[in-house]
Amino acid sequence: MLAELLGFPPQVLFGQLLLGLINGAFYAVLSLGLAVIFGLLNIVNFAHGALYMLGAFASYFLLVVLGIGYWGALILAPVMVGSAGILIERFLLRRLSGIDHLYGLLLTFGLAIVIEGLFVKLYGASGIPYPTPEALKGGVNLGFMFLPWYRGWVVVAALAVCLFTWWLFERTRIGAYLRAGTENPRLLQAFGVNVPLLTTLAYGYGVALAGFAGVLAAPITQVNPLMGSNLIIVVFAVVVIGGMGSIMGAVVTGIAMGVIEGLTKVFWPEASATVIFAVMAVVLILRPAGLFGRTA
Amino acid sequence: MTRPIAILIALALLIAAPFAIYPVFLMKILCFALFACAFNLILGYGGLLSFGHAAFFGGAAYVTGHALTVWGLPTELGILAGTVAAGAFGAVVGQLAIRRQGIYFAMITLALAQMAYFFFVSADFTGGENGLQGVPRGYALGLFDLTDNLAMYYFVLIVFLTGFAVIARTVHSPFGQVLRAIRDNEDRAVSLGYDVERAKLLAFTLSATIAGLAGATKTVVFQLASLTDVNWHMSGEVVLMTLLGGVGTLIGPAFGAGVIISLQNLLASGPLSAWVPVVMGAIFVLCVLAFRRGIVGEFAAMMRRSF
Repeated sequence: MLAELLGFPPQVLFGQLLLGLINGAFYAVLSLGLAVIFGLLNIVNFAHGALYMLGAFASYFLLVVLGIGYWGALILAPVMVGSAGILIERFLLRRLSGIDHLYGLLLTFGLAIVIEGLFVKLYGASGIPYPTPEALKGGVNLGFMFLPWYRGWVVVAALAVCLFTWWLFERTRIGAYLRAGTENPRLLQAFGVNVPLLTTLAYGYGVALAGFAGVLAAPITQVNPLMGSNLIIVVFAVVVIGGMGSIMGAVVTGIAMGVIEGLTKVFWPEASATVIFAVMAVVLILRPAGLFGRTA
Repeated sequence: MTRPIAILIALALLIAAPFAIYPVFLMKILCFALFACAFNLILGYGGLLSFGHAAFFGGAAYVTGHALTVWGLPTELGILAGTVAAGAFGAVVGQLAIRRQGIYFAMITLALAQMAYFFFVSADFTGGENGLQGVPRGYALGLFDLTDNLAMYYFVLIVFLTGFAVIARTVHSPFGQVLRAIRDNEDRAVSLGYDVERAKLLAFTLSATIAGLAGATKTVVFQLASLTDVNWHMSGEVVLMTLLGGVGTLIGPAFGAGVIISLQNLLASGPLSAWVPVVMGAIFVLCVLAFRRGIVGEFAAMMRRSF
């Protein structure tokens, strides 16, 4: 077997491969949300990591306060985070339309600091455990590795949401509007489409994706106020590598970067924290527009 | 006429300041003021938002700390080593980052700075979570004992004024004009025959070098280089200082640094100490929403209106 030839026990190799796949699934969902938001608002949502964290906290609150478990949270938490996003867009980001888009980045950066600071103050910097749903406890021995059910579920659920987003954008009327809004918002408005509403919805949807990822992450990483703080920077690198031009591009790049990171953990553990940034540097030298980017 | 007088008054105030205010606090403000002014060189005049300047500030802090503690270099050479290292790293980061514009530029600088952060976390010479402690202050020119806070203050003041003079000279030079042209209309600058890439890279490298000078000096003052200096929160802080003081005004970022450092000091001793990040973030949001010209920018606009 290949893994044995390379001198690594297969459990280690496939274990890290699975971890990489899971991380990649998170990168994919998060960078997809960034791409959706970027398409219509032309801003990079720095608060994405903080909103991902909010998703995890929302599922924790749902459990503790209302007694709503994981499956309910999977639907409700993204709706809650999405609603928060709609408020942010409607009352804060909209005031910045028409001026340099860098201010949007700065505003969301400030928001991220406020949200994270608030939760660190209230809940401390250590994590709060969130139980794995009963139906997904345990796992299956595949012979070459042990696959915990929950980990497998995360990958499947993340890919399903990505596929749904692709379908929404490429195969529905509202998706056609969204794509048209990305291309030429003024013309779309002239055709009688309510572009400001569309923009609000796009931000809400992109942010809801982050909330969804937060719920998926809660049983794995615990619910931690700083869980999105460093993750968002890696996702930025993923976005630079893939470019924000296409949905499938974001998904493929996200998964691929997760797998590369996982493999690096096996072969060169010291470099695993930085390998994605190194890939970004190489891509910038060879193909500055990004792998799936349309313009330079 | 009024300009030289204003400069003289400012100088007199800076020279007299340590007799009225705790020198270490003033030195902290001066270091961060220089950092913010260096950052403003590329944001305010080049229109490039770098979200990775902590890497140059903190990187220089580590190199200087190492040079003074382990190599035992004289203070000036230690600071020079940190500054040069920051400049070299700035040239590399700049080379990569200028390949993209706008938002991508911010994301690339942030990502590369995070890479540097991980390097400093895992490298042997940085002391991990503890950082480099007990860095010796040494003697200025081999004569003046810098363990004396007053001597240290004047040393830092000279460093600040030198760095600030370089920035002011750059901004008011033909090169500064080219930078502003690029900021306002890059395509036009290209069509006029300017080497836009080279100008951007030069400005970025210069900015990184002076940010490094600020970080290196900070290490000598506090005798400490730590992960806080290279963390991305530090990159955000310098953006906030610049924004609050006034993007694209020469002296604004220095004011912004003064306000932010004072505020942090004030809050840290009170009952609100745990709320510092929240307050900083809230100021950030308010600045972006309603105070985009910053303190000095608003003041200048007010002066224009009344005359």
